Order: sequence, then structure tokens, then C-alpha cells
Amino acid sequence: MSPIKTMVAGTFGAALLALPVTLPAAADETAPANLANACAGCHGTDGISPGPTPSINEISEEDMIALLTAFKNDEAAVTMMNRIAKGYTDAEIAAIAAYFASMM
Amino acid sequence: MTQKSTRRDVLKLAGAATAATVAPTIATAQSAGGVVVIGAGFGGATAARYLRRAGVSVTLVEQNSSFSTCPFSNTVLGGINNFSSITHGFGGLRREGVNVVRGRVNAVDPDAKSITLDGGDTIAYDRLIMSPGIDFKWDAIEGYDEAAAELMPHAWKAGSQTNILRRQLEAMPDGGVVAIAPPGNPFRCPPGPYERASLIAHYLKTEKPRSKVLILDAKDSFSKQGLFQAGWAELYGDLIEWVPFSEGGNVARVDPATNTIFTDFDEHKVDVANIIPPQRSNRLVDTAGLADGGDWCPINQTTFESTIHANIHVLGDASIAGRMPKSGFSANSQAKVCAAAVAALLAGNDPASPSFINTCYSLVAPDYGISVAAIYRIIEDGTIAPVAGAGGVSPSDAPASTRALEADYARGWYASITADMFG
Ligand SMILES: Cc1cc2nc3c(=O)[nH]c(=O)nc-3n(C[C@H](O)[C@H](O)[C@H](O)COP(=O)(O)OP(=O)(O)OC[C@H]3O[C@@H](n4cnc5c(N)ncnc54)[C@H](O)[C@@H]3O)c2cc1C
Ligand code: HEC
Repeated sequence: MSPIKTMVAGTFGAALLALPVTLPAAADETAPANLANACAGCHGTDGISPGPTPSINEISEEDMIALLTAFKNDEAAVTMMNRIAKGYTDAEIAAIAAYFASMM
Repeated sequence: MTQKSTRRDVLKLAGAATAATVAPTIATAQSAGGVVVIGAGFGGATAARYLRRAGVSVTLVEQNSSFSTCPFSNTVLGGINNFSSITHGFGGLRREGVNVVRGRVNAVDPDAKSITLDGGDTIAYDRLIMSPGIDFKWDAIEGYDEAAAELMPHAWKAGSQTNILRRQLEAMPDGGVVAIAPPGNPFRCPPGPYERASLIAHYLKTEKPRSKVLILDAKDSFSKQGLFQAGWAELYGDLIEWVPFSEGGNVARVDPATNTIFTDFDEHKVDVANIIPPQRSNRLVDTAGLADGGDWCPINQTTFESTIHANIHVLGDASIAGRMPKSGFSANSQAKVCAAAVAALLAGNDPASPSFINTCYSLVAPDYGISVAAIYRIIEDGTIAPVAGAGGVSPSDAPASTRALEADYARGWYASITADMFG
């Protein structure tokens, strides 16, 4: 596990696990594949990165929600993901997390 | 590749189409429409690959036998990477089942729903996706035509132009002047000229420290300007000089025979002249009137279908994609949305709402990276716009360690996006 993931999961993961996670209704929201495929530009197809950017294909749904939420709230020291995560609603973050988890 | 093998590839497609009609009970054959993609660059290769992943049969037509990326071509100019490191073959796409046809497309016929290649072969399509990139407006700067570009390279399409410019930089004596002339907006890769100035300065500082980079700009401001200028001051002192439009930066005329650049106010005889002329969509789109008399192609920004002709989708640099900049990342992101929309339309479903990302990393030096990012959605008027409150540029006060990390992530981006395009 990367240092960021350990840090964020340790700090926020436990609290988040207790919260009910509501997924958005699939039809009228942005399609989860359209949300997640855009991540591949940096993280590689299906989140499998061939270079120095971390892979994101083996992150559990809970950890992904915790990570993206922490990035969005400026609670992790990162170079890029704080700017990216702010572009998504909480429901979209949940949909992205479920999408990547469904491929594991 | 010879004409003969082009025909063989084309026949293979015809064969596949026949198989689909004689065996309509096979589910994949029924749902697979004949999609033809023009251009195996950032938009086209990505679209072809994601359509295959959705089970759609795809023919990808490309004039070259491999694709050399403009992204990271500035590292080749700076002597950091070899040209081969930015060149990618199509073996991965073929292995995944994309029918890659080598050929130059001469014309698009929206009524016959077919395209014609050099040599006369035609390929029929149910839906056509075009990502043919840009062409130059050769008439815009007096004296700057295709012949002039052999002497004063633009290097704004990666290939022999990149190598001409690199050789000129290598041959230049210490103390020489390299001029870079960026065009006005909009153009392919807004931060590109300034990354180029940076990496050429990196090379000169190391190898020819008495030399100079002179940017003669047709604009008064540019992408990530504050970050670039802070980086230049820190790393290169006064090696780079930027002349904005209002101070006489605009290039009106060139004389390739004497390597002289005439701006609105002044005349510069330089050692290396990198002239980046104004741009428009690839002229292939004119064979079907897809730019509607303008420079770029109007489209439905949710599906990328042309507003001029049904069943033809245009994406990447050639398209009008709302407020997304003309970048490889934009084209890659648009291609996935377009591929999903085309797959949905072929199956008789409604296309889903899109979401896009663009990020442009730039290297100010090999260990000094900066970036700009945005997330994009469709807004009420149907155009693509950035999500407020997200994205933005790298912090202006970041320590060297952050710049070094971003340079690593720039290399990570390149590895990921080229893998996403070519498998
Ligand atoms: C110096 C430089 C640096 C850049 N750096 C970055 C960067 O760091 N990040 C970034 O995101 N973007 C960058 N870009 C921008 C990026 O290169 C373009 O935005 C991107 O290539 C656009 O993709 P496209 O699919 O529209 O066109 P292209 O990638 O140009 O693809 C078009 C393809 O179509 C083929 N083609 C054209 N006409 C025909 C025809 N008639 N028949 C058959 N085939 C045809 C071409 O051969 C080509 O392979 C940079 C550009 C430059 C010049
Ligand atoms: C412009 C490039 C870029 C894009 C686009 C991008 N990421 Fe990232 N991502 C990064 C970088 C770089 C890091 C390392 C942390 C940092 O410095 O921001 C990272 C880290 C992460 C991490 C933490 C991984 C770990 O193990 O620590 C997750 C999770 C993640 N990204 C998810 C996503 C998702 C989901 C998307 C799409 C919505 C996405 N990213 C889009 C560049 C990107």
C-alpha cells in the first residue's frame, strides 16, 4: 500500500466505514464508466499504471471513497489529486469507487 | 506497406461485414456495426481501442506506419530523450482486434457513407469517427510556406520536422540565437511553445551557455505563464527572452534564405528559427464540409457527432469541444466518451452523460514539472465547460521536491496515456 493510502485509510477509513454509502441512481447520472475512464489518462487503462503514477486498480471501495474524499477536502499532501477530486460530487466519488471495485 | 496489403486489409473488413450479415444469430455480430476511425493519434487510437473493448468491430485508417507523439517531443529537442522513445507501433491495437489499415484518406462521402483512400480503394462505414488533427495556415505569415518549413521548422507535428529542428540546434554554435514564434489562440497545445523554450534552454545552458532563446509571441499572455516565468528566472536567468505581441512580438513575415524574422516593429536575423504558424482542422474535413467554412468542426459536444453530417463524429484538435484546450489528453478523454456514445447509438440506446478530464504537464527542466488540470461537463447550453472550484495550476510557492515529483508524474502520465492509446 502506498504511503498516501496508508495515511488516509488509517485516518478516515474507520470513520467512513460506519457511514451508510448511498450509490447514485445509474440512469440519469453521469455513467460510472465515463467518470472512471477519464482517470486512465494518468493511471493507465482500468487503473493499471505502467509508470511512476500509482495504480488504482486494487483499491477497495471504502478506501477509494476515503482517499478521494480526503483529496477533495485538502486533507492529504498531494501534487494533483486535490485538484482532480474537487470535480466530483460525493455520489460520483461513490460511483467511481464502486466501478473500480467491481473490476477487482 | 504496399498498395496490395492495403487492399488485403480492406477486403478483410468487407469479409467481416459479410460474416455479420450471414450469421445474424451471433450476438456480437448483430451488435457490431462497421465503425471506421480515421487517424491513429491521441483521439483515433483511443477511440478504436475503447470501441473494441465494447465489442464493436473497428477499422482504423492511418497514413503512417507508426505514431510519433508531439507530447515529449520537446524532450527530444532538449536532447533528453531519443526520437524512438516517442514513437509507437500499432501491434498492440492489432492484437486486441482492431483492423489497422495503412492508407491516406483523400475524401469522405457522407451520402455514400464511405471514405476513399489514395489509390482509389473505398471503405464503407455505419459510423465514422475522425480525429485527423491539424493543418497549418500556410498563407498567414508572409513567406512561410511548406518549403520554408524545411528551413525554419515548425516541429508542431512530430516526425521529420522534430529531427530537422534538433539537428539545427546541435549544429548551432555557442552564442547563437534560437527564435520560437508561437501563434495566437486557439492552437494545438497552449503550453507547448513555452515548454519547448524551457527544454531548449536546458540544452543550451548545459552545452552552449552563451546562446539565447528569443520567444516572439503573437499573444500578450500564455498558459501557466506565472509558473513558467518563475521557473525560467530560477533556472535559466536571462537565457530566455519573451517578447509579447504588444511589444512587437508578432511575426508578420519571414525570409528563410537569410533566416530573418520580421515582426511588426523589428527584424531579427537568428541562427535557428522555429516558426509555429496559425492552425486549423486537418483539410480532410473540407471534403465533406465538416468545418462549415470555418477553421474547426462544429459537433454535438455530448456525442461528438458532426452538426453538419449525421453518422460522422469528429473529435480531438479538429473539433470545437467547448472550453477544452486542444491537447492529447483532451483528445484521449473525448475519444472514450465518443466511443461509448457510438457503441450506445449502434445498439439503439441513448448515450450517457459525459465527463472529461484534461491535464497538461510541462517540463521546465527534466526535474522541474508544472501542470494545469480541469474536469469538464456538459452545461445547460450543451457545451463542454470546466467544473467550477476544481482543477487549476500547480502552486506558485511549491518547493523543489514538489517540482521534481511533478516531473516524475509527467513521465507517468506519458507512460499511462500511450498505453491507454496503443495497448
Ligand atoms: C510540441 C508539442 C507538445 C505537446 N505536448 C502535449 C502534452 O504534453 N500533453 C498533451 O495532452 N498534449 C500535448 N500536445 C498536443 C497534442 O499533440 C495534440 O493535441 C494531439 O495530438 C491531438 O490529437 P488528435 O487525435 O486530434 O490528432 P493527432 O494526434 O495529430 O492524430 C492525427 C492522426 O491522423 C492521421 N491522419 C491525418 N490525416 C490523415 C489522412 N488524410 N489519412 C490518414 N491518416 C491521417 C495523422 O497521421 C495522425 O496520426 C503537444 C503538441 C505539441 C506540438
Ligand atoms: C493528471 C493526472 C491524474 C488524473 C487525471 C487522475 N489522477 Fe489520481 N493520482 C495522480 C497522481 C500524480 C497521484 C499521486 C498523488 C498526487 O501527487 O496527487 C494520484 C493518486 C491517486 C490515488 C491514491 C493512490 C495511492 O495508492 O496512493 C487515487 C485513489 C487516485 N489517484 C484516484 C484517481 C481517480 C479515481 C481518478 C479519476 C477520477 C484520478 N485519480 C485521476 C494523478 C492523476
